[in-house]
Amino acid sequence: MNTAIMIIVVLVGIGAFFGVVLALADKKFAMEVNPLIQEVEEVLPKGQCGACGFAGCAKYAEAVVEQEDVPPDLCVPGKAAVAAKVAELTGKKAGASVPRYAHLKCRGTRTAAVMAARYEGVPDCAAAKLVQGGPKGCKYGCIGFGNCVRACPFGALSMGEDGLPVVDKSICTGCGKCVSTCPQALLVLQTFDAPVQVECSSHDKGPAARKLCKNACIGCGLCMRSCTHGAIRLDRFVAVVDTEKCRDCEEPVCLAKCPTKAISQMIGVRAAEKTA
Amino acid sequence: MAEYLTLFIGAVIVNNFVLTKFLGLCIFFGISKNLSASVGMGMAVTSVMTMSSILAWLVYFFILQPLGLTFLTTIVFVILTASFVQLLELIIKKQAPALYNMWGIYLLLIATNCIVLAVPLLNVENSYSLLKSIVFAIGSGLGFALAIILMASLREKLDYADVPKPLQGIGIAFILAGMLSLAFLGFSGML
Repeated sequence: MNTAIMIIVVLVGIGAFFGVVLALADKKFAMEVNPLIQEVEEVLPKGQCGACGFAGCAKYAEAVVEQEDVPPDLCVPGKAAVAAKVAELTGKKAGASVPRYAHLKCRGTRTAAVMAARYEGVPDCAAAKLVQGGPKGCKYGCIGFGNCVRACPFGALSMGEDGLPVVDKSICTGCGKCVSTCPQALLVLQTFDAPVQVECSSHDKGPAARKLCKNACIGCGLCMRSCTHGAIRLDRFVAVVDTEKCRDCEEPVCLAKCPTKAISQMIGVRAAEKTA
Repeated sequence: MAEYLTLFIGAVIVNNFVLTKFLGLCIFFGISKNLSASVGMGMAVTSVMTMSSILAWLVYFFILQPLGLTFLTTIVFVILTASFVQLLELIIKKQAPALYNMWGIYLLLIATNCIVLAVPLLNVENSYSLLKSIVFAIGSGLGFALAIILMASLREKLDYADVPKPLQGIGIAFILAGMLSLAFLGFSGML
């Protein structure tokens, strides 16, 4: 009987002691959390993509509420709608944010590109690149193991039949995760109103590039010379379109002139965006 | 002095808690996916274990033993470690936010872990003095850190290995842990 009472006394005593200590500590060391932070966090899309430059949506919410100089329009996936809401909650001014999507600058499909070797290692672009710069003949092209597909937090990318990743522009938020993941740096973020884009990144000289891939830009410069707005320049045997200068021509000369059809029209993309 | 050294080396290597006694396996597998996290976890376990060992030692020798309630040791130690970890979390969250950001998230994982309970229990079972308990706790914690850091380094390498599909992820981690454990078996009988 005596032991039973002792058990109860000791256990209740220790339990109560720690209960009181914890309760006091909770009071004493209470952290004041600004309720606004949670409100802002609820507005954010929770993709945890980190495109804002913070380690996730919660961290960005904290920073945007607590720090004066953090602008409310950093959330790329949220686009203007989220920026407006965050700006309203925090009383800051949102700048105009232009929606962007990821675009692959390579058309080295299974049929178009020549393979230099058969790679049988880990199906990972970065790993494959370590072996002689990848299995493709073209050392600038898409390796095609889909690191970008795995990196996408929104499921906007998928591996196409032709061995190249396909971006679903209606889902893509332009967060840029895939851009930083691609070991070949083939993905670029571009605005929805960019009329044309060169879909090749090969810096190989014309004949070499063409030997390795049927869709390659051979750096002939026909597009550069024919463009009436001076929007195209050559960068080490590959044409680059300056989207600032590019005007949405009725019948783009560059498209007609390109001998390998390495330039493609993005207008269809924009039309789809408008109807959506 | 030699006695303490033996105890320390014994706890770190020969009787490594994870690899020869198989305690603390949940965090061992849960956290060992990346190196920096496992270093944080190792440090957190070491410090929590040392402090809770001191606390448990005091409670055992000043409350439980005089009252003849030593059969309550296990349950009392559970309460002790769990509430102590909670308390520690509250304090460092407020007082040292940098430290909290570094290993605060691991603290709650430790709260109910067997390895943190096992060390104080072994201390009183073997009737170690307070100083010996501290040495044993630090040794055990470092042993845990050693095991988890080894494991994390191996698993980071494993990411680039061609693992058969059925074994990918935790399966190969178990096999790896088994091999590590066999390697540590080589130390047995050294002391």
